Amino acid sequence: MEPIVRLRSRTVVMPSTDIDTDQIIPARFLTTTTREGLGKALFADWRYDSDGNPRPDFILNRPESQGCAILVAGRNVGCGSSREHAPWALADYGFRAVISTQIADIFSNNALKNGLLPIVVDEATHAWLLANPGAEIAIDLETRSLALPDGRTVAFPLEDFARYCLMNGVDELGYLLSKVPDIERYERAHGK
Amino acid sequence: MTAMTLFEKVWRAHEVAAETPDTPAVLYVDLHLTHEVTSPQAFSVLRDRGLPVRRRDRTLATLDHSTPTDSGQIFGGLPIRLESARKQVEQLERNTSEFGVELIGLRSDRRGIVHIIGPELGATQPGKTIVCGDSHTSTHGAFGALAFGIGTTEVGHVLATQCLLQRKPRTLAINVAGRLAPGVSAKDLVLAIIGKVGVSGGTGHVIEYRGEAIRSLSMDERMTVCNMSIEAGARAGMVAPDETTCAYLKGRPRAPAGEAWEAAVEAWRQLPSDPGARFDREVELEAGAVEPMVTYGTNPGMVVPISGRIPESGGEVFRKALAYMGFEPGQPVAGKAVDVVFVGSCTNARLSDLREVARILRGRTVARGVKMLVVPGSQQVKKEAEAEGLHKVFLAAGADWRESGCSMCLGMNGDTVAPGKYSVSTSNRNFEGRQGVGARTLLASPATAAASAVTGRVTDPRELVP
Ligand code: SF4
Repeated sequence: MEPIVRLRSRTVVMPSTDIDTDQIIPARFLTTTTREGLGKALFADWRYDSDGNPRPDFILNRPESQGCAILVAGRNVGCGSSREHAPWALADYGFRAVISTQIADIFSNNALKNGLLPIVVDEATHAWLLANPGAEIAIDLETRSLALPDGRTVAFPLEDFARYCLMNGVDELGYLLSKVPDIERYERAHGK
Repeated sequence: MTAMTLFEKVWRAHEVAAETPDTPAVLYVDLHLTHEVTSPQAFSVLRDRGLPVRRRDRTLATLDHSTPTDSGQIFGGLPIRLESARKQVEQLERNTSEFGVELIGLRSDRRGIVHIIGPELGATQPGKTIVCGDSHTSTHGAFGALAFGIGTTEVGHVLATQCLLQRKPRTLAINVAGRLAPGVSAKDLVLAIIGKVGVSGGTGHVIEYRGEAIRSLSMDERMTVCNMSIEAGARAGMVAPDETTCAYLKGRPRAPAGEAWEAAVEAWRQLPSDPGARFDREVELEAGAVEPMVTYGTNPGMVVPISGRIPESGGEVFRKALAYMGFEPGQPVAGKAVDVVFVGSCTNARLSDLREVARILRGRTVARGVKMLVVPGSQQVKKEAEAEGLHKVFLAAGADWRESGCSMCLGMNGDTVAPGKYSVSTSNRNFEGRQGVGARTLLASPATAAASAVTGRVTDPRELVP
């Protein structure tokens, strides 16, 4: 995984609450056996009409959304299925961060493992972000804060280990493999 | 010793390394279930890095999501229609044989939806940690296991190390007093719980369902309740093991036997939360007040009693959901004409569910213009249902009787609801497009689904069978 310390981008705003993983990527795209190329299926049922043409009114199809790497979503984004295809699709499309007041557990875990930052902010910051689509935001993992264009900085929580892995491009599997002696000891002690 | 909850006991017994401020816990996984959709990329990682599966005896694979449910396609005759689905099935067959993992394959009579066959085999047991690349892994918590869904990267972690890196979740007790009224099912109860807690109310928590109403549920019913924990945002739901749990497991193919059985039961008795154990949050509910429930919106929290009406107003999400569903604010849900009835899924496709459907369908027929699909949760359920003649009731009523699989629960295998059509479904998600592009899903119990099939309208089952 590529290390990520800072990210600066304009935002795309999708204010709906409870955007579930079935919307992020519908089930019919899950018959894939690789993780590449899912960006084109991102939000497929909202993004394309029944003939497969882009719906001009959908936010990702609008010119101002092009090149944005930060998605601001309503509360409880990523609820539903455990499909890692959801963060794969977001990342493949070009998103590097998702901001909301609440992010579903499994989605958040999956996002972290793919260098997609799940960022939980307070209600007031969220309200500001929702009201100012396209704002240029700077996210800094070092200080665990994001800077708004008016100069305010807002702290966000990010678990130490997850932050360490993101900032150093550490792969968690490597870390777990380093624990194999402990795992063996555990298995012996517990008769497993 | 401080009083501990069921969750804490299971968690502690599986800590290879406890969490610290700097590092998450290394948590040992007793049983890893896997299926074709969320595993291919995990096996690829192992292959790329030259890693073996650490404990082949602790992973069990099956095929359920993208598999067809018509027997012609499974047992010869037609090939799997969807090319990509066929590839995915073949990929799991290849991965499991290459890595030496047990696969309950396409033609096995033990195959079925992953969350139905684990318990059925007796592989799901109290006190175990169980994971699967699937959010409804919460189902297995009905046995007093700590069971939760993981992503594909974590599937790779478990395959390679039998462990996961986890931060300890908080605990939420849902205390359900009293008893369910006659004609009201476990599905109605869990829909009522989600209606109360909200679709994100359980985020960051493991739920323990407690109280007289939960104690009096059968294992099938407890599974229905735990299954939908994730729909309240909780990764796991648990019920303390008791006599009901032991009676269910005894004699199952993978349950302990002989002396090992006695020892296991003794260990399971230690699991229930200690008196005075503290939960981070508690919610109280009265079972007697629960009515048959039905959803009207696009998440499982948008739910009303079947005799009730859709709320008069709500926010943007509410309006958007109603527009998608073609409903008006304040409209009653009962009486709405339906096009499709789906009985199936890991929530409600066990034998007791099918018996309930047959009880209502017996001597009746599916209304004209309604398509009804009955998809057993496993090949064993299918066999048992046929031994009781339930399939004859379904077929005589004009329903379709299928091979097991996820089917129309998520519409990956070709079983879908057409755009704009209304489906009463015993599954667990009514998300936009879940059952097919533009499909409108109303979640309900098996009894409500069957009653609605008979009348062709959303119907309180107590009107047909008192
Ligand atoms: S039946 Fe539905 S919810 Fe259950 S595992 Fe299959 S797709 Fe998931």
